[in-house]
Amino acid sequence: MIFNQRKENKTMSEVSAEQTIPVRIPTPLRGLTGNKDQVSARGETIGELLKDLQAQFPGIGERLFDQTGALRRFVAVYVNGEDIRFLKDQETPVGPEDEVSIVPAVAGG
Amino acid sequence: MQSEFFTNLRCRECGRLYPKEAVHVCEWDFGPLEAVYDYEAIRQQISRDRIESRPPTMWRYREFLPLDGEPTVGTQVGFTPLVRADRLAKALGVREAYVKNDTVNYPTLSFKDRVVAVSLSRAKEMGFTVVACASTGNLANSVAANAASVGLESYVLIPSDLEASKVLGSLVYGSRVIGIRGPYDKVNRLCSEIAGKYQWAFVNVNLRPYYAEGSKTMGFEIAEQLGWRLPSHTVIPMASGSLLTKIAKSYQELIVTNLVEKTPFAIHGAQATGCNPISEAFRKGTDLVQPVPKPQTIAKSLAIGTPADGYYAIQTMRKSGGAAEDASDAEILAGIQLLAETAGIFAETAGGVTVACARKLIASGKIPEDASVVLCITGHGLKTAEALSGVLASPRVIDPSLREFDRLVSSDLGQASLPETVAP
Repeated sequence: MIFNQRKENKTMSEVSAEQTIPVRIPTPLRGLTGNKDQVSARGETIGELLKDLQAQFPGIGERLFDQTGALRRFVAVYVNGEDIRFLKDQETPVGPEDEVSIVPAVAGG
Repeated sequence: MQSEFFTNLRCRECGRLYPKEAVHVCEWDFGPLEAVYDYEAIRQQISRDRIESRPPTMWRYREFLPLDGEPTVGTQVGFTPLVRADRLAKALGVREAYVKNDTVNYPTLSFKDRVVAVSLSRAKEMGFTVVACASTGNLANSVAANAASVGLESYVLIPSDLEASKVLGSLVYGSRVIGIRGPYDKVNRLCSEIAGKYQWAFVNVNLRPYYAEGSKTMGFEIAEQLGWRLPSHTVIPMASGSLLTKIAKSYQELIVTNLVEKTPFAIHGAQATGCNPISEAFRKGTDLVQPVPKPQTIAKSLAIGTPADGYYAIQTMRKSGGAAEDASDAEILAGIQLLAETAGIFAETAGGVTVACARKLIASGKIPEDASVVLCITGHGLKTAEALSGVLASPRVIDPSLREFDRLVSSDLGQASLPETVAP
């Protein structure tokens, strides 16, 4: 049983490592993505995905993270419309079917 | 035309300056942008006499508002009554209480007419033809009405489960009303994404730096109506926390422009217990606002689980010597009734929150019993009337008979209370 689960997990990760996940980019970051409002990134978790974004678009990391490596106070990341703070933060798993959005958290009210 | 007073937008986090465009977020750290003024220039231009000579609307403080030209939308908004409420003060156990009564704000009976007057005037200056908002109801009503009054197209996005009166109060103006399945925070997130795609003026997204400044006028009016002095205690409802931070900013601006004497002012915040991310963080002594995923409160206009200005609201309360409280649904209903029965003012659920939290702040000594307190009441009770269903007694029905009426009065007040029958 345990063996089977492990095997399944491994298969899942192999799939997602090969496929890219669409990430929606907010206006303040589009200067770094060649004005694209959507880009593709690789990773099995939000943390990995954001690191891949930094590799592809140098400079994006320091906009998203503070000096301690935590997401900045006014950066919100959503997976299928759900705030990752209500999921597993940067450990939140993602796959090719998911919709990921980076959104400034200073709107509304 | 360029304003001689309103100079820039500036990031609240890193201080970088931005031009006065339809932008609300710092490119560098995502911090919120805020309007910046030349207070030295304002100080030289403005005086109490000058302000008092102007019409009784929020625009009498226009040097402090982020427009380049004259306002074109919502020119009649504001200057609502500041009501001295002695019977309410007695019931709350405090020396003196005032109600800043935005339940009668024009035209849509909530403080949101202030922020909409500024943001739609700015939207017109910038040449937008479509305006929009993410709203818990009051803002939607105000955007819909004020847009209609000047012929702007409007889209208002609201949670699909709002009070019937708030939905109707947007539809009637011909606005395009879109209900979103889910809580307000999801509406808000969607609107941020829409604003990044469509070239619309989203008043509380890309026009938020302008919009938010409108709330300051509530504070300017309070100080002027008190005879040009700052109240020592102000209790303010918190949804995003923006109103609270802007009232504090208005008091500061009156001080730096020499319109009032510098005296201590404590700023207190009120939330519903079913959605209390700001008051909870305040209580814990942290400035990390833990979001509330599923707000559950009858105060739907305050049901924001991820408050954009929560961090700044906490800073403002701490620095000013204020405190935060929250109130349960039962306490909110009791607050609505207390305000109605002692001051003759019918407030929506958010007003019940403010009254209930004021009572708790006084009971715990955070507002001393010998103090004078101003309660900011932000919306009219008819907008959330359904919250009171089953709470109030039904009218008693009798035949058109004097004898029946006498019987009813004597059961209320006793036989002795009946007027003597005059002999023929």
